[in-house]
Amino acid sequence: MTAPQDIEGILAKRYDAGFVTDIEQDTAPPGLDEGTIRMISGKKEEPSWLLDWRLEAFARWRRMREPRWAKVEYPAIDYQAISYYSAPKQKPKLESLDEVDPKLLETYAKLGIPLHEQKLLAGVAVDAVFDSVSVATTFKAKLGEAGVIFCSISEAVREHPELVRRYLGSVVPTTDNFFAALNSAVFTDGSFVYVPKGVRCPMELSTYFRINASNTGQFERTLIVADEGSYVSYLEGCTAPMRDENQLHAAVVELVALADAEIKYSTVQNWYPGDENGVGGIYNFVTKRGRCAGARSKIAWTQVETGSAITWKYPSCILEGEGSVGEFYSVALSNHYQQADTGTKMIHVGPNTRSTIVSKGISAGHGQQTYRGGVTIARGATGARNHTQCDSLLIGNSCGAHTIPYVDVQNRTAQVEHEATTSRIGEDQLFYCRARGLSEEDAVGLIVNGFCKEVLNELPMEFAVEAQKLLGISLEGAVG
Amino acid sequence: MLKIENLHVRVGGTEILKGLSLELGAGEVHAIMGPNGSGKSTLSYVLAGRDGYEVTEGRVLYDGVDLLALAPEERAAKGVFLAFQYPVEIPGVSNVYFLKAAVNAVRKARGEKELDAIEFMRFAREKAKLVALDAELLKRAVNSGFSGGEKKRNEVFQMAALEPRLAILDETDSGLDIDALRIVSDGVNALRGPDRAMLVITHYQRLLDYIVPDRVHVLVDGRIVRSGDKTLAGELEARGYAELGG
Repeated sequence: MTAPQDIEGILAKRYDAGFVTDIEQDTAPPGLDEGTIRMISGKKEEPSWLLDWRLEAFARWRRMREPRWAKVEYPAIDYQAISYYSAPKQKPKLESLDEVDPKLLETYAKLGIPLHEQKLLAGVAVDAVFDSVSVATTFKAKLGEAGVIFCSISEAVREHPELVRRYLGSVVPTTDNFFAALNSAVFTDGSFVYVPKGVRCPMELSTYFRINASNTGQFERTLIVADEGSYVSYLEGCTAPMRDENQLHAAVVELVALADAEIKYSTVQNWYPGDENGVGGIYNFVTKRGRCAGARSKIAWTQVETGSAITWKYPSCILEGEGSVGEFYSVALSNHYQQADTGTKMIHVGPNTRSTIVSKGISAGHGQQTYRGGVTIARGATGARNHTQCDSLLIGNSCGAHTIPYVDVQNRTAQVEHEATTSRIGEDQLFYCRARGLSEEDAVGLIVNGFCKEVLNELPMEFAVEAQKLLGISLEGAVG
Repeated sequence: MLKIENLHVRVGGTEILKGLSLELGAGEVHAIMGPNGSGKSTLSYVLAGRDGYEVTEGRVLYDGVDLLALAPEERAAKGVFLAFQYPVEIPGVSNVYFLKAAVNAVRKARGEKELDAIEFMRFAREKAKLVALDAELLKRAVNSGFSGGEKKRNEVFQMAALEPRLAILDETDSGLDIDALRIVSDGVNALRGPDRAMLVITHYQRLLDYIVPDRVHVLVDGRIVRSGDKTLAGELEARGYAELGG
């Protein structure tokens, strides 16, 4: 755990990712029609099958309605007022990091993500997405030796079209939901990973998403395919500048695990949450889903969600392969006027499939927090098991916590368990800590970290430390 | 070291302490005895700085400093320690981690070097031995699922680790069987020293058979009605608080 004195320093910093990088951008005018999609596809020199795919998604999207079932409130989004493409001006193709605009490297350095390989924590390869485009992928050579493909999705479309064409939209179809359809039509970049048969990816893979330009949406698309018997651990981090307007982030992440493969996907989401009066912040409307296609495959989602004005996100697993395993570990925090409606879906299709859900929701200030989970046991899922644990922690008297579990069991041999608790940080706990010499902020940090421990334990080391610090910062002013 | 002068305290609009005065010197152990509702716990909370206790009159000097002006954590840094009557559970936070955070916060405030994990583990094991605390309890979450005796022993263990100058023990004997009482008392006695003052608050005389005080004060209805040496405790046991009340 982080020593309390570290948190103290961080508390003073507040949202320290809130700066804007002054860089020449190539930004499309606001508005969305077929022309916009042709423009994006053209900029990326995409093959015609992908343009057709996008256009079809767009046609579907136009007939869809924005979902309103989540327990979140926000004014109507004007989709014609958003710019759908923004990229830093630079040479079209980069041969090495030395050619990346130094201002971009500086931005990532400020965020604590040095892209220079020599400075990287050993064993973490990074892909950095700045607004609409991927600016750098590190450690490519070393990964190449192992046969692992890790690049931007735009590059994958060019270099590995057969893989992209086979798996893109195979887990989250273009018609899945309103935001997924929008993403399919206008996605600009994102990461692509392919781990070949029997390969254990030699390092953690990491993507940092950064929204910089104002008035733009970010629509990235991530596709990870783990071939038979392979293993990969993937980390995702997100930040954005502080702005008074709301910005839309509608990403799609698709994971495919073939027989005996394992994918571990970890997120620390720290999009700008808006100020203490609820002005500004990111709308984080994200569709994440994994498909355990092969027998004994495993997909684990771990997320720490401290940012965004609104979070609408349900990383899910479709457990098709016999004996496949889905896991979901989540910490979601809502302070000030943040709203989070988040959870997971575990869809048991194959026999003897297992899933575990551990959700920790923290509400403070006027924050509203909803856990929404679905556990489906299909008729053929003989011997399927699910265990759900859902805990809420309240800080103060103006926040809310809600738990909405859906369970649909169609096979009598299934075992489904659901546990839920709600607790409050007590004045007695705070006083006890302070009487031992801890400041109030440190005490809150300590208690919250204790509450989240089961989830934080699932994160890779460096990420766990970052997540703990974030929890501390995000709770500044929550007590007292 | 500690000087309480004419202390009046209200809780939720009701006056609980009504002019309490007390002086405690370095190296001394004083016992405060009194019936339920006499203000014993109020006194311990006021000294430690809990919210909700309104001081309407009087003052408390600790080494000449106005103790009541300090936040609870500042008091801890200056060496004030309260052993809680009801130690609080903190799920998910290991006992040893909690104590390391506390010890280092206090060391930092005192301008001393913070202990790293290895140094702290050595330090913690030593202190655990002093109060015969099972090392297994170090790993468990703070007070979570501890028995009554384990909780109290854990308080004394924390006291040993934080090395306070002024220790206030609030009914440390409550809920302990005779064996546990002996172990806890042995721990407390081991921590007695010429620079350390202790205020032992208790309802029953039996604790004072183990922790022998230099002075005994009888608290009734928010005031100290009698003070004397250790024999006063025995007298109280025989005659009860009622007779001393007036």
